[in-house]
Amino acid sequence: MKANVFVTLKQDVLDPEGLTIKNALNTLNYKNIKNVRMGKFIVIEFTDSKKNKVEEDLKKICNDILSNPIIEDYTFKIED
Amino acid sequence: MRFGVIVFPGSNCDMDCYYVLKDVLHQKVDYLWHKDSITEDYDCLVLPGGFSYGDYLRAGAIARFSPIMSSVIEFAKKGKLILGICNGFQILLEAKLLPGAMIKNNCLQFVCKYIHLTKETCDTPFTNFNKNILKIPIAHGEGHYIADKDTLKMLQDNDQIVFRYCDEKGHITESANPNGSVFNIAGIVNKQRTILGMMPHPERCSEKELGSMDGRLIFESIINYLDI
Repeated sequence: MKANVFVTLKQDVLDPEGLTIKNALNTLNYKNIKNVRMGKFIVIEFTDSKKNKVEEDLKKICNDILSNPIIEDYTFKIED
Repeated sequence: MRFGVIVFPGSNCDMDCYYVLKDVLHQKVDYLWHKDSITEDYDCLVLPGGFSYGDYLRAGAIARFSPIMSSVIEFAKKGKLILGICNGFQILLEAKLLPGAMIKNNCLQFVCKYIHLTKETCDTPFTNFNKNILKIPIAHGEGHYIADKDTLKMLQDNDQIVFRYCDEKGHITESANPNGSVFNIAGIVNKQRTILGMMPHPERCSEKELGSMDGRLIFESIINYLDI
């Protein structure tokens, strides 16, 4: 079972990397960019086949290590 | 006094910390490998600077789960002294031994230069000395300290903010802030005042030949505190 995890900075946390990318896009003449935020995409393949167990483990993994809840949010999607 | 300098894979300031403690200040000091538990009696642990685990995921995020950290947390619970420098500070934050978090410098550049700090409180084992403006170098890419409003209020109310970035005259200004840290915070202690995390490197300025001896004041304060 595979999990696709997205970790992003919380909305009220400054993201200078995202801002730099936005400025770079402006330089490339994309004047219609409102905002850019950088995040992380992590793929975890589990050996389990029970979705409940994977989800339970994944929540803990995301809270304990993949994200820092002080500054980051996460979402995930599990594929069979 | 007996100091332990913890070495994580990717730590690179451990030798400087060891050298200052052993050869400059003549203290007993051991290297402690991150995979080992702490079985001997130490008076102070130092988590040195560097790039533990390559700063992968987030600086300090993986080192926080190194086997030695269980011993470090037990050490902290006993109220013993811990000094976290740069990456060491980041590890203490990730381990929740200190409040708040660290993100990339505002400028997105790795900043390596001498800066000045105001010493905000004498009331810690680490800052019991007279000098109030210190000249200490920084070298970091993720040094922007961040904390929510409640945490910041708690730090202020409890006198937990130890160092703030300032200019050479001690004025705390935006231009003196090298990384965007909230409130120009460069170092904090925990509520019990036994754990100090600081981004600047005192081990890089403990000898006259290196341009400043202000870092030595912090180490000497620890030694004097333990000597009582």
